[in-house]
Amino acid sequence: MTGQSLIAWINAAVTFGTVIMFGCVGETLNEKAGGLNLGTPGIMMLGGIASLAGAFFYESAAANPNPVLCVIISLACCIIVSSLAGLLYGFLTITLRANQNVTGLTLTMFGTGVANFFGGSLIKLSGGVGQINVAATSRAFKTMLPFVSSKLGIVSQLLFHYGWLTYVVLIVAFLMQYFFNKTRTGLNLRAVGENPATADAAGIDVTRYKYLASCIGAAIAGIGGLYYVMDYVKGTWANDSGIEALGWLAVALVIFTSWKPKNATWGAYLFGFCYWIFLYVPTGISSFLMKLFKVTKSTYLQNLYKMIPYLVTIIVLIMVSSRKKRENQAPASLGVSYFREER
Amino acid sequence: MANKQPLIRIRKKEDRSFLEKILIKVIFIILALVISALFINSVTKLNPLSVYSSMFKGAFSTPRRIWITVRDTCLLLSIAVGLTPAFRMKFWNTGAEGQMLIGGLMSAAMMIYLGDKIPSALLLVLMFVFSAIAGAVWGFLPAFFKAKYNTNETLFTLMMNYVGIQIVEFFVDVWDKKQSHSVGIINGTSHAGWFPSIFGQQYILNVLIVVLLTAAVFIYLRYTKHGYEVAVTGESESTARYSGINVPKVIIRTMLLSGALCGLAGFTEVAGISHTISVETSGGRGFTAIIVAWLAKLNPLVMVIYSFLIVFLNKGAVQIASDFNLNEYASNIIAGILLFCILASEFYTGYEIVFRHKEEQ
Repeated sequence: MTGQSLIAWINAAVTFGTVIMFGCVGETLNEKAGGLNLGTPGIMMLGGIASLAGAFFYESAAANPNPVLCVIISLACCIIVSSLAGLLYGFLTITLRANQNVTGLTLTMFGTGVANFFGGSLIKLSGGVGQINVAATSRAFKTMLPFVSSKLGIVSQLLFHYGWLTYVVLIVAFLMQYFFNKTRTGLNLRAVGENPATADAAGIDVTRYKYLASCIGAAIAGIGGLYYVMDYVKGTWANDSGIEALGWLAVALVIFTSWKPKNATWGAYLFGFCYWIFLYVPTGISSFLMKLFKVTKSTYLQNLYKMIPYLVTIIVLIMVSSRKKRENQAPASLGVSYFREER
Repeated sequence: MANKQPLIRIRKKEDRSFLEKILIKVIFIILALVISALFINSVTKLNPLSVYSSMFKGAFSTPRRIWITVRDTCLLLSIAVGLTPAFRMKFWNTGAEGQMLIGGLMSAAMMIYLGDKIPSALLLVLMFVFSAIAGAVWGFLPAFFKAKYNTNETLFTLMMNYVGIQIVEFFVDVWDKKQSHSVGIINGTSHAGWFPSIFGQQYILNVLIVVLLTAAVFIYLRYTKHGYEVAVTGESESTARYSGINVPKVIIRTMLLSGALCGLAGFTEVAGISHTISVETSGGRGFTAIIVAWLAKLNPLVMVIYSFLIVFLNKGAVQIASDFNLNEYASNIIAGILLFCILASEFYTGYEIVFRHKEEQ
């Protein structure tokens, strides 16, 4: 493998990892408060379509779209819509005590439906398949850091060749880790997720914590959808539910990282690295496997290489669970609704 | 003291009668229809009533359509039933999608490789057995590690879906004659391994298999020692251990069953419906079935109603899409609204809202 293709591989892995890291960090916040939100893929779809719609209408209205306004408008649309989705999830599971798994799966179904429904309409509005393109907004989100992205040679290419949201998510992940472990509010939030009855008795407003975790978590996950639309697919839209597939990986990553956002910072890139491995398998291995399976075309094997991220997840999961460390467990009340009178 | 009472508070209400519960559900389903109508009207300016009549047409207008609705209801039901033993044990099997795919793949492989070598009846029996085994293997792996190391089964089964999807994609390429990434109809002329028509009806066998399996699962869980062990393990693993139940054995046995049932759903789809294999063989039904099973509180009879409702919405929405030139994803939106409303209605069957002034009297 040449150095150039290794760099391409790493770049692809980081871009991929950023999408699922947003989803993972948002979902971790919600799960730490006891809310298992399987609606994360749907929320990411909603965040993606909202940012696209906002950018699309602004760019069609303005003659010379201002990059700063592009960013503000699409980010605001994304955050508002995805936190509304978090609010809906919260209302159903916290106030109405609906089953979290069903609510989450329904939210994914609904979010995918809404996103693709309006995505289809936007495609029509812009004149057909492959026509929609919010170039100005995409460019604004793909803006790289000044100086370090170009002047440091190979270091620039490896570490700084990404849109600025790539670094934002890293900061968010580390801040979240700090928040969980070192702040009073973070401790309270974890108490709510571990044992809401005890937290309630200690005077913590359980409902408020759960609602805020759900809404803010959803907003962060939603930005993952925005990043997918604006950076990963460069400001376009296709009704292929690509975000949904990545959303499930984000949910998986939460468990993979054992509910520690700091682990997401490398876990997400590892996923990305494994995800793109199918493009970079050495030809020697491929031709050996082709003979082994009696396959005529090497592209067929790519289907099997694409299993690698999932197999790696399974193997790591088994290894982590076989060590049975207490601090790697899920929040104790994860998935359970809290009702004060049932204490 | 009265002022300390919050304005609105929630109280448990466990004595609602059956009729009251039905009434609450009906009210919320009407609410869902009204919200959906508002949505349809605001987006398309169409008359919601004509949209609903079009949905009805999509599901019931011809005998063939009615049969297709029944057939798809049965398919969804069979996955939900397959999930039931695992869910009763509180083993969150999110892997129905993969278990179904791998079962379907096994059926398709046998149709392709054995189609012209053995009689169709024998082939069908073998397909039945081996797709169940394939599904069971997919269920066994997460169960084994759950039993041994308490490995998180939600993630494990979810990942097994993707492994299954990729294996199917691989074989689709291998079996594809035209390089179009599609296997096409298998045994289109010989019909080997296809469900035979009974009394001139194509889908009777689909219905029959699902009804029998549903009854069998119901009896297994309700009236056998195994079923009792599953229930106890689900309620509390410690209780199960203290009463001498071999918990790892129960976990593995139950997941073998659950996986096998989902594998059979794949068999029904491939041999009885599509006669081909692709990732669309499961097409998200594994996840929809989770919703069905949970909403029905694992009661097979109620699952029939929810399966039917979701299939009806799907058929209806496809019809709307073609009648009014809309995007087919409208069906997901309407189904989502309906399910949200049903979820909200669950609250009123178990709780009630109390206002302050009522309390003072």
